[in-house]
Amino acid sequence: MTEMTDPRTRLRRTMMFVPGNNPKMINSADIYGADSLMFDVEDAITITEKDTARYLVANALKALQFHSETVVRINHPTQTPFGMDDLKIILPAKPNMIRLPKVEDISEVELVSNEIERVEKENNWPKGTINIIGAIESVKGLYNVREICKHPRMMAIALGAEDFIANLKTQRTKTGIELYYARSEILMAARDAGIQCMDTVFSDINDMEGFDREVTNSRDMGFDGKSVIHPKQINEVHRIYTPNDNQLHHALKVLAAFEDSTKNHKGVLAVDGKMIDGPIVVRAERVVNQAEAAGIDIEKKREEL
Amino acid sequence: MKNAAGREIPAHIAGINNIRLYNGPFSYIPQNTGVGKKIHAGKPHTNKILASISEAIDKTGLKNGQTISFHHHLRNGDYVMKMVVETIADKGIKDITIASSSLSPCHDFLIDYIKNGTITALESSGLRGQLGKYLTMHPQALKRPTIIRSHGGRARAIEAGELHIDVAFMAAPACDYQGNATGRIGKSAFGSMGYAMIDCAYADNVVLITDNLSTDPIYPCSIPQTQVDYIVPVEAIGDPTGIASGAIRMTKSPTQLLIAKYATQLMDETGYLKQDFSMQLGSGGASLAAAKFIREKMTANNITGRFGIGGITGIFAQMLKDGLFKTCYDTQTFDTVAVKSLAENPNHLEISASFYANPWNAGPIVNNLDVVILSATEVDLDFNVNVITDSNGICMGASGGHSDTAAGSALTIIVMPLVRGRLPMIRNHVQNIVTPGDLVDVIITERGIAINPKRKDIIKKLQHSKLPIMSIEALQKIAYSFVGEPDSVRLSTADNDIVAVIEYRDGSILDVIHKPLI
Repeated sequence: MTEMTDPRTRLRRTMMFVPGNNPKMINSADIYGADSLMFDVEDAITITEKDTARYLVANALKALQFHSETVVRINHPTQTPFGMDDLKIILPAKPNMIRLPKVEDISEVELVSNEIERVEKENNWPKGTINIIGAIESVKGLYNVREICKHPRMMAIALGAEDFIANLKTQRTKTGIELYYARSEILMAARDAGIQCMDTVFSDINDMEGFDREVTNSRDMGFDGKSVIHPKQINEVHRIYTPNDNQLHHALKVLAAFEDSTKNHKGVLAVDGKMIDGPIVVRAERVVNQAEAAGIDIEKKREEL
Repeated sequence: MKNAAGREIPAHIAGINNIRLYNGPFSYIPQNTGVGKKIHAGKPHTNKILASISEAIDKTGLKNGQTISFHHHLRNGDYVMKMVVETIADKGIKDITIASSSLSPCHDFLIDYIKNGTITALESSGLRGQLGKYLTMHPQALKRPTIIRSHGGRARAIEAGELHIDVAFMAAPACDYQGNATGRIGKSAFGSMGYAMIDCAYADNVVLITDNLSTDPIYPCSIPQTQVDYIVPVEAIGDPTGIASGAIRMTKSPTQLLIAKYATQLMDETGYLKQDFSMQLGSGGASLAAAKFIREKMTANNITGRFGIGGITGIFAQMLKDGLFKTCYDTQTFDTVAVKSLAENPNHLEISASFYANPWNAGPIVNNLDVVILSATEVDLDFNVNVITDSNGICMGASGGHSDTAAGSALTIIVMPLVRGRLPMIRNHVQNIVTPGDLVDVIITERGIAINPKRKDIIKKLQHSKLPIMSIEALQKIAYSFVGEPDSVRLSTADNDIVAVIEYRDGSILDVIHKPLI
């Protein structure tokens, strides 16, 4: 089984935005079961609150034990005067990831990565203690997404639709036609680089039907998860990303066959008459991980086989 | 002397007779015979309508040292107690005991009448607002500690003769010329008159005060004319905005909803959420929110419940209307939607406080409860619950039906946040006990669930559950990891610094509230 906390493969069905200047929300952020928490010191924070938020988030990371993965969305390191200051305060607090917003060029990733490397060395932390998730929020960024995804610290790439839509000079629609190309392109780049891909937020928290539709679509496109802005969206995403019984049974059979073949040095293997190879095994592991995270009793399912 | 809840109770408390120590939830077997009211033989064609409250006080012959009673169906909008107490004071009558089914912040005016000696004792479900603060800091302002009783305990005390009422002043939203009264209609309609029913049946004198005197006969009536001596029409019995909120809304707090979801899941996994089950939900955020998830589960599993009890809210009234429950028993109606339901839905039944929860009758409806979900101000490692004093030891709440429903229900769930402000809600020992831990089965917070170790059956049923179940000590440790361990409140040990005596529902002494040294 894949180690679920390996930053390359850990489950990220949901990444919940938490305003970095709200102690109450920060405090209770990890009780709702989001796979990742993204503390925001960028767009949700007004200019006069930037320093408050960055210190609050840093202290929260040091003082509280979060069960979920921790991510901090910093301000852009070159387009704003705040980003580098954010890193100085946030990195020593050791979040799992830095979210680099509005990334447009590999040099921006390198700048953040160098800063991370410096802090890792200072603290004698292993390389890769802190990683990066980038957010594509402009056409320029989209055009450079393949190179950006290949940076070794880049664990995932996300689409930030609001700025992207503004850049396209259009608006969000229920069908998502305006984002179809961007979603596809980012997803391909992520898969090419072997990293994860997160879909953008759905901002109408009262339209749960529309939300379900969008999450189902992005799951079917291949996204690993969804950014969410309210706890009530979490369960919906997890439900949609929970494999059904058939999928789970098949995945368990694949893993059992794979284990059997490794142990007994068998050659070509097949399940239900279909040949099994590497990618199918990886996919099966993912299905089992998702089912396990959703609270399904895997051992019981295995017995049912 | 230590009682069975581990609380130190003084052997003598000035003004409290026949101290009997709490000895376990069902240990005391009463040998009493109930009491009845003084017989008043009404003469033919007597006019019960009086011109004023003053005239009513004169007619009842109210004297120094007597006990008058009120109900709290008007909640924080009540005008009646103030009108009556002012008139009593004007007449120079002193040393009156007020036995109200509860007290709200609108009764803060009592402080003035306590200071001038008009009111010298209180018996109530709780103490709140400025009055709660004042009496906590000045227990000697009254001649004896306030007696705190649960709703069932009050009905018991009245029926058993422990609480004798000389005159009941009962607000009535609609009343006819003979005294038949209801709370279902009128500009001050508040629904069920469950608490008033007991006072009217047992008080020596009954005065109805109404702002809706009807020439047409009132039927169905909650109070029958056979119990009513006098009727006083007034301009208004209460402030509609303080009486009943519009529809009580479901909370939007994600934390409360999470707690409510856990509660529902636990009910389901332990098998209590089954065909023909019965339940009561407290009116707090998380307990009320459980209705949302219970409804979803009932619909998904295609089950219906037998009855609900309340404290009925519009949210429950809607479940009743939708056929999810066959009936509901209503002793106190919480919002305008539920008031309308009581008036219109024949399956919405009005009951008295005794029918609801009196432990000394042959069958209070709480005895038939499968599940109750209740809030708490704080709990402790022994699962004791406090809903009456705050973290500084100040009286700020009421016992209500907490211990009654906890005692009757097969599964008692407490829902509360693990931390409030900067205080952990799981203490080593609660400030005061209202519901003993023996009656509490599960405590649910947003960060974990603790099951009373005595409920081995529940623990067994949940051994494979994915719910965040842990020991109460582990849960307390999480709370401490956020906010640390608070200092305990220092209390005065002086005999005359006892603020209140908390009676268990059977009349035994469960706890005493001491004046805090702050």
